[in-house]
Amino acid sequence: MCSEVKSVEGESGNFEVSLVNHPRYIDPVKCTACGECARHCPVTAVNQYNMKMDDRRATYIEYAQAVPLAFAIDTDVCIGCGLCENICLANAIQYDDKERETTIKVGSVVMSVGSRGFDPSGLDYLGYGKYPNVVTSEEFERILSASGPYFGHLMRPLDREEPKSIAWLQCVGSRDINRCGNGYCSSVCCMYAVKESMIAKEHAHGDLDCAIFNMDIRTFGKDYEKYYLRARDKEQVRFVKARVHTITEIAETGDLVLEYADETGVMKKETFNMVVLSIGLQVQPNVAELAKRLDVKLDKYNFVNNKSLAPATTSRPGIYACGVLQGPKDIPGSVTEAGAAACLAGVDLVESRGTEISKVEIPEEIDVIGQDPRLGVFVCNCGINIGGIVDVPAVKDYAATLPYVVYTDENLFTCSQDTQDKIKEKIIEHKLNRVIVASCSPKTHAQMFMETLEACGLNKYLFEMANIRNQNSWIHSKDPEAATKKAKDLVRMAVSRAVTLHPLHEKKIPVVSKALVIGGGVAGMNAALSLADQGFPVVLVEKNEKLGGMANRLTVTIEGEDVKTYLDGLIQRVTSHPQIQVLNQSLIVGFSGFQGNFTTEVLVGPGMYERKINHGVVILATGATEYRPKEFLYEESKNVVTQLELAKRLQEKGALDLNRVVMIQCVGSRNEENPNCSRICCQSAIKNAIHIKKLQPDAQIFILYRDIRTYGSLEDYYTEARKLGVIFVRYESEDPPGVESSEEGVIVTFKDHILDRSLRVSADLLVLSAGMVAEDTEELASIVKLARNSEGYFMEAHVKLRPVDMATEGVFVCGTAHSPSLLGESISQALAAASRATTFLCRPFLTLSAVTARVDTDLCASCLICVRSCPYSVPKINEEGLSEIDIALCHGCGVCAAECPAKAIELNWYEDVQIMSKVDALLEGVM
Amino acid sequence: MRLQYPTNIKIILVPCTGKIDVLHILHAFEKGADGVYAVGCMEGDCHYNSGNLRARKRVEQAQKILNTIGIEGERAQMYNLSSAEGPRFAQFAVEMDERIRKLGPNPIKLAQKKAA
Repeated sequence: MCSEVKSVEGESGNFEVSLVNHPRYIDPVKCTACGECARHCPVTAVNQYNMKMDDRRATYIEYAQAVPLAFAIDTDVCIGCGLCENICLANAIQYDDKERETTIKVGSVVMSVGSRGFDPSGLDYLGYGKYPNVVTSEEFERILSASGPYFGHLMRPLDREEPKSIAWLQCVGSRDINRCGNGYCSSVCCMYAVKESMIAKEHAHGDLDCAIFNMDIRTFGKDYEKYYLRARDKEQVRFVKARVHTITEIAETGDLVLEYADETGVMKKETFNMVVLSIGLQVQPNVAELAKRLDVKLDKYNFVNNKSLAPATTSRPGIYACGVLQGPKDIPGSVTEAGAAACLAGVDLVESRGTEISKVEIPEEIDVIGQDPRLGVFVCNCGINIGGIVDVPAVKDYAATLPYVVYTDENLFTCSQDTQDKIKEKIIEHKLNRVIVASCSPKTHAQMFMETLEACGLNKYLFEMANIRNQNSWIHSKDPEAATKKAKDLVRMAVSRAVTLHPLHEKKIPVVSKALVIGGGVAGMNAALSLADQGFPVVLVEKNEKLGGMANRLTVTIEGEDVKTYLDGLIQRVTSHPQIQVLNQSLIVGFSGFQGNFTTEVLVGPGMYERKINHGVVILATGATEYRPKEFLYEESKNVVTQLELAKRLQEKGALDLNRVVMIQCVGSRNEENPNCSRICCQSAIKNAIHIKKLQPDAQIFILYRDIRTYGSLEDYYTEARKLGVIFVRYESEDPPGVESSEEGVIVTFKDHILDRSLRVSADLLVLSAGMVAEDTEELASIVKLARNSEGYFMEAHVKLRPVDMATEGVFVCGTAHSPSLLGESISQALAAASRATTFLCRPFLTLSAVTARVDTDLCASCLICVRSCPYSVPKINEEGLSEIDIALCHGCGVCAAECPAKAIELNWYEDVQIMSKVDALLEGVM
Repeated sequence: MRLQYPTNIKIILVPCTGKIDVLHILHAFEKGADGVYAVGCMEGDCHYNSGNLRARKRVEQAQKILNTIGIEGERAQMYNLSSAEGPRFAQFAVEMDERIRKLGPNPIKLAQKKAA
């Protein structure tokens, strides 16, 4: 942390990295993040995190969730008064901290330096920096945040009044070659503008008019279109097709007048209380310098954007890049690409895997069964965080009076290493068999204390915490007496629960170090290869005779890479790999087991003999296919084709016979049957249109579209197509083009908004941009018990944070089985899925949480309520007719335990008696 | 954020609001609690898919039972927020405190005092 990479010498597998470690003046190891230094610091500095809209101190932590959670001193503003050094009880302040240089040896390097928002100060017509009520989207994000400068209240900066109308201006610093040189689309701004408008409406008291001024709305991600429609149709967010050319302020009110030309060219003026500029993503100049130092090539916009079919790579072998540095993308895309980079880096490191692990020795567990509870209570002062408010000695003395408590102590910092050692001593000395720490949040510290218990042979579940800081001294700082009383209550509750605790054991299960990949398309093959290259055996199941899937029908990528050459190479590598077994014409017919230990039954073609495969993980790569249009005379007229058919035709027959071509976008997408955007069709149309123009420059091409969604650097091709003379005409979904057959070809009728009249165009060829449809996986989903969305795509465990994990542990998804995606994006997902799978396969054992549900079969009435209520379908009625919960599958939420009418199910560590004991202790003496 | 809220609120940790049983809520009232509320994730954002929706139903069920035995059902409440919304948590605490103060002490306590 606080470090910069100076240079990376050497080559893949053997790099020497020179780092400059900047001083932070507070030792992050000693700092307990108590915040006393900041509370006493007399210096006010601008808070960059809240976009300069409020202040912080010179001793600061960037934000509450920062890792490591440790303060630093901003020496640009520090006056060196010495107060923080005097106040810090942890002795963490070190004014003499110096800049150091260190070198480390690594096998691979991943660049994930991200981007910053575009600075719109240079665009004078927007008035940013001049008019206070014009803010950037990043600033507005902070305004809406509960931890932001206005504590989440919707207010405008000028007068802190709640705005009644807000306008968002899209594409500020994106899709703009004239004013800022950023020709690309930033990919994320449409979605965040829609989100901000929705949240602003939620925060507003009364009606709020939200208008989003845009050229195209680009909600192309999985299920994004549904969100856009909800904003438009349900929340009445207005979407205006216009680029605002001037903003002026009404001096008396601070309101802003927006001037723009509407779609028919009529000049309009509209007034808003506040304007949000949807600023694009941009690689910072210092990152460009870093890339130069590392000898990594960047494109003209300073993105790595290496090769479309080699995602996450850079021009220098062994150095990988992910996230926005690679090209503009949203969080799911960045997390996926991070997985891809980790996978590639991991493959390079495979020989040295596991060589630098230090093992923790855990002594044999002390048997406490049958012993009377002997409780030790450790009360923390947390510097003065607790001790400054709560009378800690009184709490300690009170604890000593509680039942079964045999030892009590107070500590300055219970989390410090020396206190840990002291706790260990006391556990042994006083034969403690339950430990209670009254300090801060178990979220941040329970794990550490539990390890301390384990280190002296005490089962780690014989531990309980009372949060007397975050839930007490911090929030009742104005009433020390009440805080002390509450601390005693919380300690009494903790003691009461501790008495009911008993040892729990985490089950270790062996992992079958083999993977099953379902689907032999580009995604499936890439996932299989990445695992096989790391030495893990893979069984690749493909339902067709031939590998390759949808890619067999593709010709070239928009960047010009030949798909057939790529695919042939890939198939060759897969089929000749000693660790990969390909089962063609095969069908999954049975599935059982849990993470690390699955068994799948496969019927293997062509003889359809049955095989049982044991494996530790599953990767789903079942893919998608092109929608078969039912509309626009497809299959009725030979002059109506899909984009895939056109691409093939161009390759085989060229385009010399084409004089006029019309393309229609969103065929089979963004309609009632399939509300989602198919993501790839805009670029397919533009790719083919450019191809025709190159083969036959005189050909006239019309692309009839609703929104052009050439996100990221694909925007350059849209610009190129327009330069080549391709004519783009927007149509409304309510007024789709009309198509009729004619002798020469087809006649297409559509409305031109600029001319405000209907046009009739006779074309040689009508090309339908048919959307994507998920492969039929209904049977597979029911056999493997996998969730799919209403369009048949598999549903990931978490849209943003776990984009390639399925909810069932050990099952992953990639490629178009997840959602429509380009070839490169599918490969990225495949590598990410392989990377996630590796985290299972590289371990001999999996340790399962002990916090799982268990059934008391004597009480079970076989009523099926647990079976129905479990969000993961884990409980089963076994052969004896009783409920059975597989702990390897249980997520530990406790829903079944709460629902069970016979109270036959208990959730470990949260047993009813353990929860009730706290209630009883709290309300002791009330009645 | 150290936002201040009344000291009479004590938190009991559960893995998910879906673990909260109607019995837990009723037990607290039986023992003399003046109010009980559950705070879960935003609806649609449950870490365990749907635990918070079940919790809401159970709180509603507890409210009905309380009403039938002469304890105001509104003494039991369900709230939702995201983990980044500290101020809302404090706001819920204040709201609940005010609600209970208006209702006065748990009627069971009063009844028992009378009986004594």
